[in-house]
Amino acid sequence: MAAAIEAARCGVQVVVYDENEKPGGQLFKQIHKFFGSREHYASRRGFKIGLGLLEEARELGVEVSLNSVVLGIYENRTMNVMVRDQVEQAKAEKLLVATGASENMVPFPGWTLPGVIGAGAAQTMANIHGIRPGKKLLMVGSGNVGVVVAYQMLQAGCEVAAIIDAAPRIGGYGVHAAKVARYGVPFFMSHTIKEAQGKEKVEGATIVQVDEKWKPVPGTERQFDVDTICIAVGLNPMTKLARMAGCKMVNVPKLGGLVPGHDANQETTVPGIYIAGDVSGIEEASTAIIEGRIAGLAIAHALGYLDEEIFLEKRKEQTDSMQSLRSGTHGEARRAAKEYLNAVMKG
Amino acid sequence: MMRIQEHPILGTFEKGKTVQFTFDGKAIEGFEGEPIAAALRANGVLIHRYTTRRNEPRGVFCAIGRCTDCIMVVDGVPNVRTCVEPLKEGMVVETQIGKGPQKSSE
Repeated sequence: MAAAIEAARCGVQVVVYDENEKPGGQLFKQIHKFFGSREHYASRRGFKIGLGLLEEARELGVEVSLNSVVLGIYENRTMNVMVRDQVEQAKAEKLLVATGASENMVPFPGWTLPGVIGAGAAQTMANIHGIRPGKKLLMVGSGNVGVVVAYQMLQAGCEVAAIIDAAPRIGGYGVHAAKVARYGVPFFMSHTIKEAQGKEKVEGATIVQVDEKWKPVPGTERQFDVDTICIAVGLNPMTKLARMAGCKMVNVPKLGGLVPGHDANQETTVPGIYIAGDVSGIEEASTAIIEGRIAGLAIAHALGYLDEEIFLEKRKEQTDSMQSLRSGTHGEARRAAKEYLNAVMKG
Repeated sequence: MMRIQEHPILGTFEKGKTVQFTFDGKAIEGFEGEPIAAALRANGVLIHRYTTRRNEPRGVFCAIGRCTDCIMVVDGVPNVRTCVEPLKEGMVVETQIGKGPQKSSE
């Protein structure tokens, strides 16, 4: 949406294809307040930021085609798009892939039982549809998604039995983790899930401590009588379309695995195809929005809607803004990873 | 009750009108336009199907139409992703066994 807004503001005709029934991606599930400064929407809640973006896009005349799955990207930026039951063909002068990410999984005995869900699913049920995923749940993973969603489950009126993580330290931001801890939710670090019990659905979960070599330590099992197990063990970029379009992929573990290489304009190795957001490396909503803005500006410039001078000035505003988000212990590693990604492109 | 009546941040949820539908022949209620899976969970239904080979139960997993674990037979059509398919008045929703009812090969 951010890219669409920037490009449309310069006069570019923009169409957004979204497979969902509603636009705006995952922002509408994020009911917590954002960090950063005002330009990063600090202290505003995700869903309100989303509503603002949709409103802005509407005012600028961005066409949003919902229930529209892009099936493939072919030569010269042609696409097959399935709009409801019909397949249409479309061609764009410039194309932005912003397909986001999907959740990682951890298999364990009983992981296919109804009641084992992705943390994103818990968020979707509670924050979008107003349904508690369960009465009492166990959160597997203490990264930002794990701690934020655990807190959101408490807000939804669920009981959170514990948050566990195989890593020795909490992965998410301290602010989020502290909120959950204040509710009295215990954290079990260096613990993994051993199994889920139940025949037809989850009736309990056993966790076990792991040693430095990630091996379970016998005799350290703990039992929880939960009806829901939430999995929050990271995300991976949804790169299928970009890969299909022939974008050169680079393996960057810090960004979630194989990602399309891209330059400072968010353009991939395939001329005219740009990427932004989690598909270009797992980060945050605020960085995704900035990447989108950069791509939108670059597209407007490439199409002749934006003078070189103004473009460079506006892009600098965005990269400066990005710089402040990619600082600190969490951000620094991502900044280095992104620089590596850009360097690979050049050479 | 699985439905959130009053959310501390979001307040009350805007829902469509109450509609009747059936789950495995039993009449139950949900809200028009919400995913079928949401209405089922609100009624305590967690098992959506049984797998083809091992006959294992499956339910909602990703809730965004990606994993296809929640597919059911809806109005006679198998493999409907219930986590994204909007609920309508009078829908006939059934637990899917394996691949569900197959078209007769003539």
